[in-house]
Amino acid sequence: MRVLAAMSGGVDSAVAAARAVDAGHDVTGVHLALSKSPQSHRVGARGCCTVEDAHDARRAADVLGIPFYVWDLAERFADDVVQDFVDEYAAGRTPNPCLRCNERIKFAAVLDKALALGFDAVCTGHYAQLIDGPDGREMHRAVDPDKDQSYVLGVLTATQLAHAMFPLGDTPKSGVRAEAARRGLALAEKPDSHDVCFIPDGDTAGFLQRQLSSLGDVSGDIVDLSGETLGSHDGVYAFTVGQRRGLRIGTPASDGRPRYVLDVSPVTRTVTVGTAEELDVHSLVGVRPRWCGPAPIGPVECLVQLRAHGEPVPAVVRVIGSDRLDVELTVPARGIAPGQAVVVYDGTRVVGSATIDTTSR
Amino acid sequence: MPGAVYLDHAATTPMVPAALAAMTEQLRVVGNPSSLHRAGRTARRVVEESRETIAQALGARPSEVIFTSGGTEADNLAVKGLFWSRRAADPRRVRILASAVEHHAVLDCVEWLASHDGAEPIWLDVDELGRVRPETVRAAIDSDPESVALVTVMWANNEVGTVQPIAEIVAIAHSYGIPVHSDAVQAVGQLPIDFAASGLDALTVSGHKVGGPLGVGALIVARDLLLTPVMHGGGQERDLRSGTLDTPAIAGFAAAVSDAVASQPARAAALVELREDLVRRVMTAVPDAVLNGDPGIGAGERLPGNAHFGFPGCEGDALLMLLDARGVECSTGSACTAGVARPSHVLLAMGSDDERARGTLRFSLGHTSTEADVDALLAVLPSAVERAKRAGVVSSASRR
Repeated sequence: MRVLAAMSGGVDSAVAAARAVDAGHDVTGVHLALSKSPQSHRVGARGCCTVEDAHDARRAADVLGIPFYVWDLAERFADDVVQDFVDEYAAGRTPNPCLRCNERIKFAAVLDKALALGFDAVCTGHYAQLIDGPDGREMHRAVDPDKDQSYVLGVLTATQLAHAMFPLGDTPKSGVRAEAARRGLALAEKPDSHDVCFIPDGDTAGFLQRQLSSLGDVSGDIVDLSGETLGSHDGVYAFTVGQRRGLRIGTPASDGRPRYVLDVSPVTRTVTVGTAEELDVHSLVGVRPRWCGPAPIGPVECLVQLRAHGEPVPAVVRVIGSDRLDVELTVPARGIAPGQAVVVYDGTRVVGSATIDTTSR
Repeated sequence: MPGAVYLDHAATTPMVPAALAAMTEQLRVVGNPSSLHRAGRTARRVVEESRETIAQALGARPSEVIFTSGGTEADNLAVKGLFWSRRAADPRRVRILASAVEHHAVLDCVEWLASHDGAEPIWLDVDELGRVRPETVRAAIDSDPESVALVTVMWANNEVGTVQPIAEIVAIAHSYGIPVHSDAVQAVGQLPIDFAASGLDALTVSGHKVGGPLGVGALIVARDLLLTPVMHGGGQERDLRSGTLDTPAIAGFAAAVSDAVASQPARAAALVELREDLVRRVMTAVPDAVLNGDPGIGAGERLPGNAHFGFPGCEGDALLMLLDARGVECSTGSACTAGVARPSHVLLAMGSDDERARGTLRFSLGHTSTEADVDALLAVLPSAVERAKRAGVVSSASRR
């Protein structure tokens, strides 16, 4: 097969490309330039988008002996991922930009372009397993539970998965590092990337504040479930459901227990807080479902994961029409933020996903 | 890749055998041209003979040849050196007149002087062929002649191959007593170049664009021109440029310039013929392709080896990749920032929109080019364009 290997400059994508070469594919490496103004050096543990990362990717391609190019997707990334991230926060939701990037950049813009240019598949360093089963291709969790990235790939459709290649799903991260060193890839010791790649200093609230400064005064009240005002805030976008820190509520709760963000409402500019128990969600409604294979029929008992690195939770899901997914959680889950994905699993197999729209306590 | 078809002579050229021989001969020998002993004198002799060879080939005096590390350094010395010396003589001289299609080696010097040292850049507009009109230069000077530090206009453009009216620009600038520099990196070996006859005050030449080694070049500087040095140190080159002279590279450079200039008339004729054939066949195979730059074939019109096309609906980088995969090496013709292709400032200056400026390829022919190269290109270009078009459509269709 002709394989396009997306190479971030990190250890995972380099080893993934190497394995594609070993498997006998005709591999071409591509570094996706996603930042409109690439920095020349890494800041902290940020794992992509600097000139240095492009250089590391190029050197890995040299070692593998494959052609290498840089594709400029900065504009698409700014529109489809960064702006989406800002819009979602402004709307009081908590987006997952990695998932959006997989959905709209890596397995859409890049995959479409690759297919049109004559490639058969896009290979990435994601930790997930693709298994060709009797009913078609299945995506499963990676064997390394700490690195499993099937959650952020849960948005991919059967068509996208048909042209995807994840060679690392069967290996723990430590094994991948060792393999990189064995292959003479200089980036074997490079730190893992963390957090949001386009917010290198990790200060999401500060980033959003700069992006949303045009909104003017966005301050509002912090209230409890009874509607009593407990304090004020400078902008709802600094708050995420489940957040405990930075509430700056003057008076302690009557019972002395910590309070958490329960709800963020940009329209009324209100942040609602409550106790840990009040964070419990018993059911939720997802929208824009995407299925990795055929959509499930009828109520289905399954596992759902409600945030990246979250524990799977038993649930019953019902597909309602073509654009709604009702999820009854068998045991309540805490701190579920609208905007995040609910990814549906059958054991280790990813069934599909939806975007959390509303939650019910 | 063995047997690759190399259509990127404007980026760099294969070394000619005479240059390779001259260079390797010197690589075996010890000697700093500044040393006073026999080894030093022997090396110095090679450097000075090389200087004389280059001077003779380009219509300059030997003392006017200042060796540098390449075209970029020569451009830096010319633009910064002239700006500083001219302003030192008269503080009113802060304007730098430069064509909007200069190479980044000139462009970025001017911008750096503007942001760090009080220079006022005046970008000379070009027409749709990429040419600076003499009246544009006259008007720019005329608005305030006393404030002009220098004029810099390249001899021929590296992307679209358009040749500039250097003689007319020099005549206008000199009528006001203003010095003119020209970056002739692409022109040497392709067009007749005579420094004295051109009237220029400074001219940039590069080794690796003419069949010589990388990492060496020269600024030809008129004897009476005052320049402030950029590289400070031992003062090896007339105190205008410091750094131990690279005897092997200089020897290879001189052999290459000598060869390129001697064979220029015949080579230019052959390249024009080959280029015209390439253009005709590309336009036939890809009817909606657009030839950018001057369609003329004269020495005052277009570089003989340059063919620069727009392929509507395609992305240049996609085309480049497809051709590369089939063993054909060319360029998108635009400058790279962090390996990321940006729309070419040259095409934008010529009036292209952003999208058209991205969908381009430059094929540049040189001393090793043959009809077989053109055949090989045409064998793969139509299908590559078709593919790139599909990919281009995909990219724009999924745009929100």
